[in-house]
Amino acid sequence: MRAFQILIDGFAISALYALGATGFTLIFGVSGVLNLSHGAIMVAAAVAAWAAASILGVGTYAGALIGVGVALLTAFATYFAVVKPIQDSRRIPNEEKEIFVLTGTLLWGIMIQELIAYFFTNNAKTVLPIVEGVVDILGVRTPSNEIFTAIVCCLVIGLLWLLVNRTRTGKAVLAASMNPRGVTLLGLELTNIYIVVWAIYGILAGIAGVLLGMFLGVSSYSVGPLTASAFSIVVLGGLGSVSGSLIAAFVVGYLETLTAYLVSPAYRTIPALLLLVFVMYIRPQGLLGRR
Amino acid sequence: MNKALSGALRGAFGAAAAGALLAASGAAFAADPIKIGVIAEAQAIAGASIPQAAQLAADEINAAGGVDGRKIEIIGYDNHSSSADSVRAFQRAVNEDKVNAVIASYISEVVLALEPWAARLKTPFVTPGAASNEISKSVHADYEKNKYTFHGYLTSAALALSVCDGAKDLLVDKLHMKTAVIMSEDAAWTKPLDIGYEECLPKIGLKVLDHIRFSPDTTDFTPIFNKIEGSKPDVIITGISHVGVQPTVQWKNQQVPVPMFGISSQATNETFAKDTNQAAEGVLYQGVSGPGVAVTPKSVPFAENFKKKFGNYPSYAGYTAYDEVYYLADAVKRAGSTDADKLVDALEKTDWEGTIGRVQFYGKDDPFTHSIKYGKGLITGLMLQWQDGKQIAVWPKEVAKAEIKFPSFIKLSN
Repeated sequence: MRAFQILIDGFAISALYALGATGFTLIFGVSGVLNLSHGAIMVAAAVAAWAAASILGVGTYAGALIGVGVALLTAFATYFAVVKPIQDSRRIPNEEKEIFVLTGTLLWGIMIQELIAYFFTNNAKTVLPIVEGVVDILGVRTPSNEIFTAIVCCLVIGLLWLLVNRTRTGKAVLAASMNPRGVTLLGLELTNIYIVVWAIYGILAGIAGVLLGMFLGVSSYSVGPLTASAFSIVVLGGLGSVSGSLIAAFVVGYLETLTAYLVSPAYRTIPALLLLVFVMYIRPQGLLGRR
Repeated sequence: MNKALSGALRGAFGAAAAGALLAASGAAFAADPIKIGVIAEAQAIAGASIPQAAQLAADEINAAGGVDGRKIEIIGYDNHSSSADSVRAFQRAVNEDKVNAVIASYISEVVLALEPWAARLKTPFVTPGAASNEISKSVHADYEKNKYTFHGYLTSAALALSVCDGAKDLLVDKLHMKTAVIMSEDAAWTKPLDIGYEECLPKIGLKVLDHIRFSPDTTDFTPIFNKIEGSKPDVIITGISHVGVQPTVQWKNQQVPVPMFGISSQATNETFAKDTNQAAEGVLYQGVSGPGVAVTPKSVPFAENFKKKFGNYPSYAGYTAYDEVYYLADAVKRAGSTDADKLVDALEKTDWEGTIGRVQFYGKDDPFTHSIKYGKGLITGLMLQWQDGKQIAVWPKEVAKAEIKFPSFIKLSN
């Protein structure tokens, strides 16, 4: 009974982690950017979905769409207002650009966080679930929304796989992640590829944010922990490796759920962090990292 | 009339009018204003009402002529829920803005950090919403030093009593409940609260089956509710303030069949219904007042005026902050001065009927020195329930507007 409970709850949270981390790792793989405003973009999506549904009263579906739209816009704003100017700058030496991008996106994330707290308070918001009610699975009373979350996450990740491996645009993205110079030599504009990647990222982060808002709820305080969890999943899986991130998301998700059920909810995140430290010692490139 | 002349005339009239205005305001408020610093969590549901309510009280007092011709001036500081920011704000309020008294915070950790500063800077300081017993115990332990701090809200010990008094009538006598699980966040204010619960729940006939303390950072409450359900209690007795929206929404989404009853600070604010998408339905929480509840003749007009001005009903800390401005003004009037020591003496003699009941402070010899007195005829608190999207008083019977009722997923065992 308890084993089933852990299996079911762990799956939903892991799938959500996987979705959140996939976009994050994709951006790094293709353009070498570690986007530390990741958590802020997810929270912006959830709060926008909440505000649209609760304050403007547009309904659950439209609210969710608005949430994803806001994440897409915020992702573009991050790229055009923060990341691109740093990458294009001639006054910042190339070897320092990474650290500038890290700092820039971190500050950008804090700005978004403070704006959300200012306009919508720092108390948690929850997005009205698209499906309500509970279903009995193997004796475990499971909210339908939890199943919905898991299904949507798997579907979206599946679609992403198709996009990357089966379409021309996707193949260009994949090529850029392997060898950016080679792609430009083939006559493809690197900036266009980046825009596509940021668009994919925005949509992924938006869906993950809205689903998280429905599943657990978010507040402006969630910004830091969400960035940190995506970051540690991606590092554990191997920076830039999408399949590595997927595996790592399930490892972290289940480890947290096991701890919460079998030890104490208060220590939920600790074992996963210890594992991360351990992996860094014996395999610095992560589970499936290249390098 | 040529343009230059008309301009000059207009200038002269303007100056005269301004002079007349100055003279008028000078006549109404002869002396310096009484300055009250308000340090609060402007971005949190419970804290946001504090500066708003204080300003409302000041505006009313000023409209009625002020205190002996002196105007009340509220100076607000946002502390971002941080103790460090609060200490800086306190220092600035006293040293630069020269406030005469400070009203601050609903978070016990913040108030405990400010208490020594009230002592060092010798500035009367009242909290509208923190609950930890340690606040008034420190005043008792070192009266001469800490006498500047007043606890304008119930202590955790009194809160536990209030919840138990309500639980006896509503849960034990009416619904024949026998068992409970305590669920509280790990924070300074819940330590004495939990001790209080452990002590008084068995006395009223509720056996405590389990006691779960969780980190205020918790986002996923599934394992917690799961564990609680495992011990099959009749009721969950809550002690939550930093969290509120998330456990409530997850309680509803997971259809946890056990009712929640106790302290839930965020539930005291009207915006809670929207923040939880109405998941609050059926939640029972302790309050000192509430919309439409005439605890005293002042309660309802205050709540309505507040809503008219700010668009929503105040949180619990709004009621207390409003009263605090009034009894601080009353103390200044009785002391005939804003001198800190005279003000402390006058505050100790406070006997003020506010929006939450009759406010008096425990004296030097009581273990809870400078905390507001709990009891019949003074402040007893009440229990409210979210019903059909509204906060409805259900206990005590003098103010109750409805019977308690629960959403369909709640299974009452008796």
